[in-house]
Amino acid sequence: MEPADELLDDEAALELPTEPMRLNMGPSHPAMHGTVRMVLDLDGEKILNLDLQPGYLHRGFEKSCERGTWSQVFPYADRLNYVSPMLNNVGWSLAVEKLLEIEVPERCQYYRVILGELSRIADHFTCNGASAMELGAFTPFLWLLKVRDWIWDLLEKETGARMTHSFGRIGGMAAPPTDTLEDDLKALLPEVHRVVKEAEIMLIRNRIFLDRMQGVGVLTKENALAYGCTGPVARGSGVAYDVRKDHPYMVYDRFDFEVPIGQDGDNWDRFMVRFEEIRQSVRIIEQAMEQMPKDGPVNVDDPRIVFPEKDDVYTTIEATIAHFKLVMEGLRTPKGEVYSFTEGGNGELGFYIVSDGSGTPYRVRVRPPCWYNLSACREMLMGDMIADIIPTFGSINMIGGECDR
Amino acid sequence: MSQSVVDRLQEQFGERVLESSDAFGDHELVIADGDWFEVATFLKEDASLAMDHFTDLTAIDHPERGDARFDVILMVRSSSSGARIRIRTRLSEGKELGTLTAVWPAANWAEREAWDMFGIAFSGHPDLRRILLYDEFVGHPLRKDYPIDRAQPLVPYRDTDEIDKLPPFGIEEGQPFARIDWEARLSGRDAQVSPAIGLQQGQRRTLSDSEAAQQLQARLAAKKAAADSAPAEGAEEGTGD
Repeated sequence: MEPADELLDDEAALELPTEPMRLNMGPSHPAMHGTVRMVLDLDGEKILNLDLQPGYLHRGFEKSCERGTWSQVFPYADRLNYVSPMLNNVGWSLAVEKLLEIEVPERCQYYRVILGELSRIADHFTCNGASAMELGAFTPFLWLLKVRDWIWDLLEKETGARMTHSFGRIGGMAAPPTDTLEDDLKALLPEVHRVVKEAEIMLIRNRIFLDRMQGVGVLTKENALAYGCTGPVARGSGVAYDVRKDHPYMVYDRFDFEVPIGQDGDNWDRFMVRFEEIRQSVRIIEQAMEQMPKDGPVNVDDPRIVFPEKDDVYTTIEATIAHFKLVMEGLRTPKGEVYSFTEGGNGELGFYIVSDGSGTPYRVRVRPPCWYNLSACREMLMGDMIADIIPTFGSINMIGGECDR
Repeated sequence: MSQSVVDRLQEQFGERVLESSDAFGDHELVIADGDWFEVATFLKEDASLAMDHFTDLTAIDHPERGDARFDVILMVRSSSSGARIRIRTRLSEGKELGTLTAVWPAANWAEREAWDMFGIAFSGHPDLRRILLYDEFVGHPLRKDYPIDRAQPLVPYRDTDEIDKLPPFGIEEGQPFARIDWEARLSGRDAQVSPAIGLQQGQRRTLSDSEAAQQLQARLAAKKAAADSAPAEGAEEGTGD
């Protein structure tokens, strides 16, 4: 065989072809938890350009809301972020209550806080567990999901459903807290602490995990703001913005908790912010449990807004008619437009609602935190390697139901 | 939401702020569509406002209003002061609004969604494609005159010029054993799909059938013939090694 250099006439032949390769990733990719398509232009393994194409889970949430009554939005809201549906339920309740200019009783506010924070813990467990699993650490994933399952058991006991509770109501909740709530929480919360610690022991000194997470998918503070990022993604980049702290709603101003922020804006910071938030959520639940009134009403006392007791509906004509009117016509809201926002699992979950004074929303716009967090994904990944997509996309925690609506 | 932002904008733009309101505690200003980009840039660049955190951009359709049927809404927040403001403009059908992508990159996707859902075009937008729906979708579904139960036809096979792809499952695509001649298999003639049968069925050719392999076989055969014709020489070479 002749030597290789004899074949080369000039220097140019030494260079490898540098034409970028186009690669389609998704919409259904085994390593991405979320149905999104990425069209990548690659130079070797380096990402030269990235086109994110969401929309595969679009089912017309906003259009569907314009058809039913205000109360009929709850099941749709559940399915926005199906990992923490209670936070969406509470967000929607608060939006309509802002329009009605009412405030629910204190007991209900604490109850909403407790259930909402439990949902947030479940949400962060899912995200961090899946992030670890996608990088090969299967054990912490199972540990975290085991506790998530206990949280869902508790929520099932309270609401009757594990995931899509549809438990929120305008002007209250579907049912008062059960008698066993406090005991169940006292049993559950130490377990949450224990498992977070165990998962951290497994992960935060693991060289492989560190290499995949640290310095990868960096989002600067300026970009996080300009791209509209909120929640753990923004806080990982050093934006100290938490709706619960900056614009306290319900009773969040009465709790002592901290907002963890990252420094570098990489996957590692987002990952650690979520773990720290789980601890803060536990703190909030513990304080809420102490402060919650043991008895008292859960719903506002207004028959134009709240459904009557089921026993009364079956036995009295007044309650039957009230129930009929609320179901068939829906509750009447004043004419106007409000924007109400809460801290969802992934950031600022906003509902912009327009009422024309009838029992049906004129327009419902949901500001999904995932949508803006995902739009910053291109900024995070440009110039990184193709393998970095997996942890970065995981740390954004894109939830298709919420992003694509 | 913050009153100081309203005051600052009224001071700066004077008569060009058409209306202001604070219903339900949300401060809002109405401006003309021509001032859209200028006001947005001022919100971001002005040192006392510094509205650097993009919140949302969306639209509302009011077809009964006739001329200016769309309300376009921008919500921004300042990360330093925590103040929030909502800016609204009224827009007629077919009229374009200046893009805010250069001010807040988040407006890129928000405007694409407004285009997708309402058909509001943004002039100067770098990439105004549909985002949640697909290119073949007809109409803009969040307009009030779009019926909620309208069914759109299925899109058949999509021909894309840039993507050089064969029609689904062309001869050269996929694994050879995935092309099964079911007729042959069911009649018992084809218990196992061998490469030879695969070739008969027009499947992808394996390496053994390729031109290079044929040339290699021819070279080997020639070498073998040469060795056979001169056995003594070959034996000497063998011992030398």
